[in-house]
Amino acid sequence: MSDATIDVTRGAGAPSYLSAGHRIRSWLLTTDHKRIAILYFAAITVFFLIGGAAATLMRMELFTPGADVVSADGYNKLFTLHGVIMVWFFLVPSIPTTLGNFVLPLAIGARDVAFPRLNLLSWYLTVAGGLLVLTSLLAGGVDTGWTFYTPYSSLYSNSYVTLAAMGVFVAGFGTIATGLNFIVTVHTQRTPGLTWGRLPLFVWAHYATSIIIVLGTPALAAALLMVVAERLFGLGLLDPARGGDPIIFQHVFWFYSHPAVYIMLLPGMGVVTEIITCFARRRVFGYPMMVAALLAIAVVSFFVWGHHMFVSGQSLYASLIFSFLSFVIAVPSAIKVFNWTATLYGGHITFESPMLYAMGFVGLFTLGGLSGLFLASVPIDVHVHDTYFVVAHFHYIMVGGTVAAFFAGLHFWWPKITGRTYPEAMAKAAAILMFLGFNFTFAPQFVLGYMGMPRRYHVYLDQFQVWHAASSLGAVLLAVAYILPVFYLGWSLVRGRPAGDDPWSATGLEWQTASPPPEHNFARLPIVREKPYAYHEHDEHPQEREATTHRAQGTGRTPGEARADGASGDGPRADDREEARE
Amino acid sequence: MDRLFSPGAASANTGGFDTLFTALSILSILIVLLVGTLIVVFSVRFRKGSDVPRHRVPALHAREFEIGWTIVTAFVAVFIFWWAAGYRITDDKVPADALEIHVEAKQWMWKTQHPSGAREINALHVPRGHPVVLRMSSQDVIHSFYVPAFRLKQDVVPGRISTLWFEPTETGTYPIECAEYCGTDHARMLGEVTVMEPELYAEWSAAQPEADTLARQGAALFTAQGCSGCHAAASSVHAPPLEGVYGRPVALADGRTVLADEAYIRDSILMPRRDVVAGYEPIMPTNFDEILSLGEIAALTAYIRELGGGLPPDARVLRSPAMETER
Ligand code: HEC
Ligand code: HEM
Ligand SMILES: [Cu+2]
Ligand SMILES: [Cu+2]
Repeated sequence: MSDATIDVTRGAGAPSYLSAGHRIRSWLLTTDHKRIAILYFAAITVFFLIGGAAATLMRMELFTPGADVVSADGYNKLFTLHGVIMVWFFLVPSIPTTLGNFVLPLAIGARDVAFPRLNLLSWYLTVAGGLLVLTSLLAGGVDTGWTFYTPYSSLYSNSYVTLAAMGVFVAGFGTIATGLNFIVTVHTQRTPGLTWGRLPLFVWAHYATSIIIVLGTPALAAALLMVVAERLFGLGLLDPARGGDPIIFQHVFWFYSHPAVYIMLLPGMGVVTEIITCFARRRVFGYPMMVAALLAIAVVSFFVWGHHMFVSGQSLYASLIFSFLSFVIAVPSAIKVFNWTATLYGGHITFESPMLYAMGFVGLFTLGGLSGLFLASVPIDVHVHDTYFVVAHFHYIMVGGTVAAFFAGLHFWWPKITGRTYPEAMAKAAAILMFLGFNFTFAPQFVLGYMGMPRRYHVYLDQFQVWHAASSLGAVLLAVAYILPVFYLGWSLVRGRPAGDDPWSATGLEWQTASPPPEHNFARLPIVREKPYAYHEHDEHPQEREATTHRAQGTGRTPGEARADGASGDGPRADDREEARE
Repeated sequence: MDRLFSPGAASANTGGFDTLFTALSILSILIVLLVGTLIVVFSVRFRKGSDVPRHRVPALHAREFEIGWTIVTAFVAVFIFWWAAGYRITDDKVPADALEIHVEAKQWMWKTQHPSGAREINALHVPRGHPVVLRMSSQDVIHSFYVPAFRLKQDVVPGRISTLWFEPTETGTYPIECAEYCGTDHARMLGEVTVMEPELYAEWSAAQPEADTLARQGAALFTAQGCSGCHAAASSVHAPPLEGVYGRPVALADGRTVLADEAYIRDSILMPRRDVVAGYEPIMPTNFDEILSLGEIAALTAYIRELGGGLPPDARVLRSPAMETER
């Protein structure tokens, strides 16, 4: 909360992770999860800008029905570049590797992730994969679409498919390493008293995401290897002329790529839960249900892939089963929306920028989810499949949802990560502009899809122009909303006022250490004695609390002395633990 | 129908589709209103500093709410599934008396063949009020046959025959679009379905084989009159190849884009200076209107129409002029 007293001297004893070394080497060879998070921030920001530039060119091209900005092949390469970069090099890594890497160990009271060196390796794998993809771009580009559908990608495309596919393949191992790391970290590194039932939902969301990553990403690797083997060695598995079937690829690809949607989404749900509870000053409504919904989504997401193939010629009965399961997965998603809404009930709500972004997430996710019901209905999907209806649907979920959650989390934890505050009024304006600009850009695309505008078209019939023009104009607003934070957050790095350890009076353990945190997070590990999000109890009914000590699980009201040198708890000293591990 | 919102409705299954679509739209709006209203009401009522009492939500209440909305959402979800699925199952059986038309997809055109032997490129004529079944195959990559006005699409996958059936209900012409990305000119893999009264369709399809001989006559003229000297793939003169041009939009030197229909082809032969293709010099002879008879022009036009149907055996890669000028 903005009126929290700011005591800059807190945690001054231990040097912050930022001052633990200033040479490039100290960054590139770091094993500190917080520094690795920063490395990831840098990498995905670059990728987001590249993907965004491609989107800008496409929206310019689509302003008129004719071909005026790029050639047919040029457009095909643009949407491929945009899809590949945005999905695998921005959105999949976005929240887990930046906010997750930074906050997750802090939130469970750990000194680091379980395998710090593996964590660094995963960054190198992601960057190496990205460089391969960018090389394929410089060499002349790829024109298969991010879906790499065969036999176009395996036999017909004359572009740098192998290079790009290998890039995604390599980056996939980076993602798997991160997922594995999080699973082991959550199992083994929780601070005393932090039982599974007391884990913040941010941690649960990352845990569920990691399970999907570890189980799903190998299928992506297999799908990509099939394409590469077909191209390089003429395998023939996907070539009908040699007894193969190109549809095999689609099954393997979507077996990964549908769950991948949840890899992109669940971390956002975790972020938003932290923020809504904090700014509503309220315990999350239905914690067990929220956890159950996350896990249910993680499991069921593996059994709905066939809804991408309703018109591929798969058996009608297979389609109906996939359709049914897609409706099933809508239920836990809906429950989450209801629970966030109910969390507001009885709160003391304030609307700082993280909260505005989070509420934007809820709105856009709801719209995107509802459009998913249309797509899960077989007869409707037969019409709108591979049209702009689908483009709008996944942008609502992935861009509207996850990117809003990413920005929400970025604004929420920015003071913790950098130790600085940013200009709140600007941030609020950007949040509101992002919500409006997003709807302006993508809502017209639902109409386009219903009218029959296929995706991946750079020229189109005249009747579609009105809606395309609207969408392109909306994209201008959206671009402004995405660029604004670059300026005011950049400004805050230089000029921002010191934020204090717990500017929002939030309950998570990460707020109990200094901002920015010392290199080893906590000198003494905190001990947890109550459930997360005890805002209402702290604020209004201290006598109702389960635990008796004020240090139970984070509180904005811990006396300053208790936290000197980043020491915050009365648990074993972090160093004891380190010895115990070795 | 209002062209600003709707693709038109020209087949028997659009009624059911639109009912389902409308119902889902209304449901979505209701849910958005419900969630939106709750969020706004809570945000205002429980904003910081408002003086309403706040209590802990009793655990029992909370559980009742949760069970309640879980059951309701599950019920709604299953209900929509059941409705949509029933609609699809009844629509899956191809009627025995359906008119069978073969469709062949290739980069980047649709070729159709009727029971009468009539063949078309990027066009499909069908009788109104009669079920039609398309048996489709692909020569290269996956394409998808999509007619928005029918609310139907079906991927055409190499190595198998894909089936799509429908019953046209309204006469008129409606766009065919390729909906599965298939390479460079995916966005230009367009065509037109023409729904005709059954008598007219019968006449039309009976007349087509004749057009075939007309085209063959045109093929001979094409060489005899020297057109191939410039337009053949192997020619050293810079002239647009004509394979597959028919039915496609063509970009002109003056910035306009026109559809290469019968009239355009005829005018291109008679008045080559009028519509100059972008990227080419206007070197085509202008005296064909004196040399060629009307019948010969019709034959040449028919030939160009059929061209791309695989006629010149040496032209393996078919390229449209539009595509050529784009690079
Ligand atoms: C001297 C070479 C030459 C000869 C001979 C010639 N053309 Fe052309 N033709 C061209 C060129 C160059 C263009 C493109 C510029 C233009 O549109 O005028 C063209 C354009 C066309 C077009 C429009 C193509 C498009 O993509 O829209 C058609 C149709 C056509 N020619 C048909 C014919 C026919 C039929 C004959 C024979 C009766 C013929 N041409 C003879 C050079 C020639
Ligand atoms: C994080 C942000 C984003 C992600 C993850 C994302 C993802 C995607 C994906 C996966 C595709 C499909 C690519 C393909 O068909 O192969 C796509 C297409 C597209 N996106 Fe985005 N996108 C993002 C942001 C944006 C923004 C901000 C805009 C508009 C300004 C935009 C405009 C487009 C356009 C125009 C297409 C091409 C549609 C087509 O021709 O089929 N995207 N996007
Ligand atoms: Cu899916
Ligand atoms: Cu296509």
